[in-house]
Amino acid sequence: MYLEELSNLPGVSGDEGQVRQALLKYLQEQPGEVRVDALGNVLVRRKAPPGGKRIMLTAHMDEVGLMVTSIEKSGHLRFEAVGMLDPRVLVAKGVRVGREGIPGVIGSKAIHLQKPDERRKPYQLEQLFIDIGAKNKEEAEKLVSPGDYVSFAGTFTPLGEGYYRGKAFDDRAGCSVLLELLLEYPHLAFDAAFTVQEEVGSRGAAVAAYSLNPDKAVVLEGTSAADIPGTDPEGSATRLGEGPAITFMDQSVIADRGLVRELVRAAEGAGLPYQYRRFTGGQTDAGAVSLAREGVPCTVVSVPCRYIHSPHCLLQERDLKLTVDLIRAWLEG
Amino acid sequence: MEALIKKLVEAYGPSGDEAPVRSLIEEEIRGAVDRTWTDNLGNLVALREGPEPLLMLSAHMDEIGVVVTHIDEEGFLRLAPVGGVSPHLLVGQRLRFKEGFTGTVYHEKLKSLKELDWSKLYLDIGAVDGASAREKVGIGDAACLDQPFAVCGGRYLGKAMDDRIGCAVLVETARRLSRELPQAVAFVFSVQEEVGLRGATTAAYQLKPGYGLAVDVTRVGDTPKAPLSAVGLGRGPAVKVKDSSVITHPLVRKFMMETAEEKEIPFQLEVLERGGTDAGAIHLSREGVPTGALSIPCRYIHTPSEMVDAGDVRHAVELLTALCLKPWPRQKVLD
Repeated sequence: MYLEELSNLPGVSGDEGQVRQALLKYLQEQPGEVRVDALGNVLVRRKAPPGGKRIMLTAHMDEVGLMVTSIEKSGHLRFEAVGMLDPRVLVAKGVRVGREGIPGVIGSKAIHLQKPDERRKPYQLEQLFIDIGAKNKEEAEKLVSPGDYVSFAGTFTPLGEGYYRGKAFDDRAGCSVLLELLLEYPHLAFDAAFTVQEEVGSRGAAVAAYSLNPDKAVVLEGTSAADIPGTDPEGSATRLGEGPAITFMDQSVIADRGLVRELVRAAEGAGLPYQYRRFTGGQTDAGAVSLAREGVPCTVVSVPCRYIHSPHCLLQERDLKLTVDLIRAWLEG
Repeated sequence: MEALIKKLVEAYGPSGDEAPVRSLIEEEIRGAVDRTWTDNLGNLVALREGPEPLLMLSAHMDEIGVVVTHIDEEGFLRLAPVGGVSPHLLVGQRLRFKEGFTGTVYHEKLKSLKELDWSKLYLDIGAVDGASAREKVGIGDAACLDQPFAVCGGRYLGKAMDDRIGCAVLVETARRLSRELPQAVAFVFSVQEEVGLRGATTAAYQLKPGYGLAVDVTRVGDTPKAPLSAVGLGRGPAVKVKDSSVITHPLVRKFMMETAEEKEIPFQLEVLERGGTDAGAIHLSREGVPTGALSIPCRYIHTPSEMVDAGDVRHAVELLTALCLKPWPRQKVLD
């Protein structure tokens, strides 16, 4: 289980270096040829299977986060979102700033100081700032520059029986599944791409799919589960504990129907639970992968995660394991 | 040609599930071309061999529709849109699945129709409970509108005129090109246009065309209090100037207009403020492809009853035939 190590590392889109280094270290232990491309994707090439059809599995290394845009006279940092973030989840969260991982907190006015109408409205991004405990601008500038990345501080914690809480499960859950497949099953014939910059528009996946030039592909994701109070069953998208979620359509891709059938047959053949992702919004690397070169049949298989794009996501270990099992069953065909 | 149009518009083919349309077209066009094949994403390519530069004609097979996202214990289905579908247009409409069975759409209790959105809409396929619904339908299954083709004055009415009428124009054009061609012509019947020009993107990569032409429907401004547009039904096919996906290459536009004038085929010029076509994807392929579009004016696009003019369709076939038979310039020099 690589989720704890991988999810605790910072890796906001465009700054995936630490995740990449961790993966590269592990990937020496498997038979595929490993390289890092110009955008920073980690590509693993294994021998093509006997039929010659190349299969590519991908997971994105990056997570949503922030970037410092300017430093106030007071030493507070102003920032912008990198990827899609709900400003309401930011207030009072611990963060790490820049290459050195300077600790900080996202600050705002305490409730005592807010005017009555301020209490009624959630904070907007431009009302928030990061406090790294610097006396003034000069002190802050010694530690931070505009353009520095900011990620949520790692929060990995086991909860209850077989649940995990942590940041960046979208998509370190997918990275963890893909790494496990590569390391534990050296006999499986597939290529892999750990991609960069998914959260800002699948930029890494587009060039990774061009390089590896697969015949078909499956994107491994951590996707939204909404099995929470106040949601009707038809609005739950995916549910924890019910196995990997197979995508038939999202905003970026209509899954290849044959490929979806193959995955369902593999799950049923191996007696593994699975679910559909019963929601058609959201974009994934499958969009970019499916349109590479002359087109690639593609879909997404996801580990259901609650509270994604926040510092505290929640998933069930069982779903992680079942996702590995499903992909393995499918590859072993 | 009416029989062909009827078959095409009544066929089932929401984006991503175009197989029935593809087999229908392949059967109709096979005798008129040198070879046909289906590519990775499901685009059908029908090729007439010839010298360079290859002319890629593209009409999309897919239509708007819905996809099932949830089946409840009472047997009602919840839906999400495939392409630009308004939930308001679906209320009371019949929808048809690939296997041929149908259902009707209605909504939960609402205070006002303004509250209507996708979460309030459901499809009733006459199932008595969830189990019997699940015997017929699975999550992820798509459905299309269910409306028969009709001839209405000198005009054609049907669902999926966008863009089966383009498909019909391509098939009919291919049949008329019996003699040797001055350049190779690829008739591409593309998939997934309605969700973002996806099929044309990969087809253009594969074919490396010298020129591209999309054949699709366009909006009109000739109905009561319509948004401003100079295009109307019955004034001939439209040569696209621009839409939000492409500005027609000046050389292509000039070539199209000159050809129409030589053959005395009526045409209009089209400036579409909103909307895109396969031309948007083709012209950005690889190193860029000079691309234009021939549009069939159409009323009530993305409704169960889209209307085109029979004369416009006939003239579109004549113009496209002339464009295939005339040698396209080897040198793509701009003025």
